Amino acid sequence: MSLSREQMAEIVARDIPDGSYVNLGIGQPTMVADYLRPDSGVILHTENGMLGMGRPAVGDEIDPDLTNAGKQPVTELPGASYFHHADSFAMMRGGHLDVCIMGAFQVSATGDLANWSTGAPDAIPAVGGAMDLAIGAKQVFVMMTLFAKDGKPKLVPECTYPLTGRGCVSRVYTDVATFAVGSEGVRVVETFGISVDELITRVGMPLVPSPFD
Amino acid sequence: MIVSAQEAVSAVKDGDTVLVGGFGMAGMPVELIDALIEHGAGDLTIVSNNAGNGDTGLAALLAADRVRKVVCSFPRQADSWVFDGLYRAGRIELEVVPQGNLAERMRAAGAGIGAFFSPTGAGTPLAEGKESRIIDGREYLLEYPIRGDVALIRAHVADRRGNLVYRKTARNFGPVMATAATVTIAQVSRIVDVGALDPEAVVTPAIYVDRLVEVPS
Repeated sequence: MSLSREQMAEIVARDIPDGSYVNLGIGQPTMVADYLRPDSGVILHTENGMLGMGRPAVGDEIDPDLTNAGKQPVTELPGASYFHHADSFAMMRGGHLDVCIMGAFQVSATGDLANWSTGAPDAIPAVGGAMDLAIGAKQVFVMMTLFAKDGKPKLVPECTYPLTGRGCVSRVYTDVATFAVGSEGVRVVETFGISVDELITRVGMPLVPSPFD
Repeated sequence: MIVSAQEAVSAVKDGDTVLVGGFGMAGMPVELIDALIEHGAGDLTIVSNNAGNGDTGLAALLAADRVRKVVCSFPRQADSWVFDGLYRAGRIELEVVPQGNLAERMRAAGAGIGAFFSPTGAGTPLAEGKESRIIDGREYLLEYPIRGDVALIRAHVADRRGNLVYRKTARNFGPVMATAATVTIAQVSRIVDVGALDPEAVVTPAIYVDRLVEVPS
């Protein structure tokens, strides 16, 4: 059985080291917060200027001055701090952020990331903080389905979509397998409802099997 | 120092570059933008994180046809229909800048830095036309400062001298933009006497602030 979005979020949460400073990208990565253990000591960063971000705000908690990077209202946890945009991005670029989790259109065999533009001629380009996060965080985890709606793999020898960052992705969490990207290539860490042989056939590029298979 | 919104934005001239604070609507100086629309200056270059949301604030300025070019990180949003329409009709220029480079380029302007090397964007389509250099084995792009003629920002409380404190994530680009413009105009919810703000808590020192507009919220 392939994984649901919730199960993917749970697996990503499990792999975040306790005490990490973590940025969760807009969309699916936001769900990872639901699966972090309260005693994990993980501190969430949001690039619009906050460390110690809490869960989404509801009812009377909603404050237009307190939002996440997706501009949704959120709450603040004890020990939170606020800072301006240049500081927030210096924090990433300066290598202080442990993990960033993002979605992707494509990830290459060498960890190149494409997640900001499909390159379509009529698309309005919008990059936000994705390029800064991609090259700034110590580790970039990607969460995506392994295959696009047309069945094409999103893990590819080389990205055909415009790049967000080069060689920046360290792990790829998908609905059918988890991969580690490193100097030895792309290693299969875990599979879900698919054999490694079938995975290699369907992805159509060399994969290093997990030592546990 | 303390003036009406109309007096404050009279500093904006046709063709100016205007830095506009806010991340979405958090920290957006809506009343200053409304006054700018009324003031009538046009042919503006707007530097802001987004290119307007809904029909108010920056979106209203765009809809009034006062903007020649937008410099921002994320113009495309679910509610950015005003910008989308102008862009697709070829009636507005767009320069997309990664969010961290956008902030740092304004920081550089305010800090007197001539240019700086940033790793963000190296190897991507946004590196096109930029000078690059390998430093310690890593590729960096040369980024130039973004200076504003006028900055319109929103803070929480000011003292009469112009010291500013902000509120939560509405701080975002405010402190950086305040340093990067010839004339900085801050819209605040409340103005207090000099001495009433804890000096340790001041985020933007008054030296960066030229005009204050009180808009109780």
